[in-house]
Amino acid sequence: MAHDGPYRRSAPGSQPAYLHEPYGSTRKRAPLKPLVAAPQLAGELAGPAFAASDLGPAHDDLTAHGKGPVLGERIIVSGRVLDEDGRPAANTLVEVWQANAAGRYAHRGDQHDAPLDPNFSGEGRVMTDAEGRYRFVTVKPGAYPWGNHPNAWRPAHIHFSVFGPSVLTRLVTQMYFPGDPLLEIDPIYNSTPDPSARKRLIAAFDLGLTKPDWALGYRFDIVLRGRDATPRER
Amino acid sequence: MQGTTPSQTVGPFFSIGCSWMDSGNLASAAFPGERIAIRGRMLDGDGKPVADGLIEIWQADPAGRFDNPAFRGFGRISTQAEGRFAFTTVRPGRIAAPGGPSQAAHLLVTVFARGMLKHAMTRLYFPDDPAHAEDPVLSRVEPARRATLIARKGADALEWDIVLQGRDETVFFDL
Repeated sequence: MAHDGPYRRSAPGSQPAYLHEPYGSTRKRAPLKPLVAAPQLAGELAGPAFAASDLGPAHDDLTAHGKGPVLGERIIVSGRVLDEDGRPAANTLVEVWQANAAGRYAHRGDQHDAPLDPNFSGEGRVMTDAEGRYRFVTVKPGAYPWGNHPNAWRPAHIHFSVFGPSVLTRLVTQMYFPGDPLLEIDPIYNSTPDPSARKRLIAAFDLGLTKPDWALGYRFDIVLRGRDATPRER
Repeated sequence: MQGTTPSQTVGPFFSIGCSWMDSGNLASAAFPGERIAIRGRMLDGDGKPVADGLIEIWQADPAGRFDNPAFRGFGRISTQAEGRFAFTTVRPGRIAAPGGPSQAAHLLVTVFARGMLKHAMTRLYFPDDPAHAEDPVLSRVEPARRATLIARKGADALEWDIVLQGRDETVFFDL
């Protein structure tokens, strides 16, 4: 059945399939029946709006939530949220969560034998500006073991949740760091078939974003689904 | 641009970044409309509960509109022990389509979980609604699977389970 836009499909291989056997948890949680083709109607073409006032204060600085300094390598993560045609996703909500510098999440379900940092919850959120830009201050998360297979370690990553202009642009992803030797053996990173698409998950070190004597900068642009220039009447 | 950023799983610890907006109630008490309560479970391909799942609701207001400044129409609910989730909202109106059949009242539901590399999109329709017969989306679903999209009347709430995989797998849409 023809796909009736206006939001275009992502290119073949640029998104993971639900079932990816090397990532064990997909085996019983992946939908396996064919998806049912559906039209993009009024609800699909709209989405929730948020405002900076919804977010609470200082949630763009993950090192500012505690009573004292956060342990680890302070970093700046910044980029733009765009669609495939380069249109910025302005005033859209970006949420992040991550492990601390030792590779431990501030979550009761994380039993990894690494220290918690009482000053780091690993939670952040910010609205993009009119050009789709966002910026967080945080610490570089640590790698951690996860039991998917013998000696399995997740590469350091920051979880990102982005809305964009409609529910069809909703995206939850993970940002990785350049040069991480764990990437080539990580089933989650490698779940995306197209290697060049995978590389979009890796932030770029950016000396221009780096703040002298203070923090390294990493650039991470996020690309959401694009749409036809002129929505078709149906 | 070269293409879309790949989706990656929310993992098991998404509540760190997402729970600030986790709400069991989409509509303030003062907002007019018919209150509805919905509860259910998220289950995997073995029928086992998914206790680290997340659903996001997107719905029209009681007039069938998505642009009501008094009603965001969005809710985020994480699953709990035994895969249970519950929320309350107001019943959305039918959604008019110029020149075509209106959509039956429904909620758009986006499903996330550890073990899901990308989210899945489904719909929750309401029981005993004659508008189902002309709904342009339900009509695309083979009749035997439509029941997975329609909530059941329970004692004090509508009941609707999300089955990620298997014989009773919920219908998910290709959008």
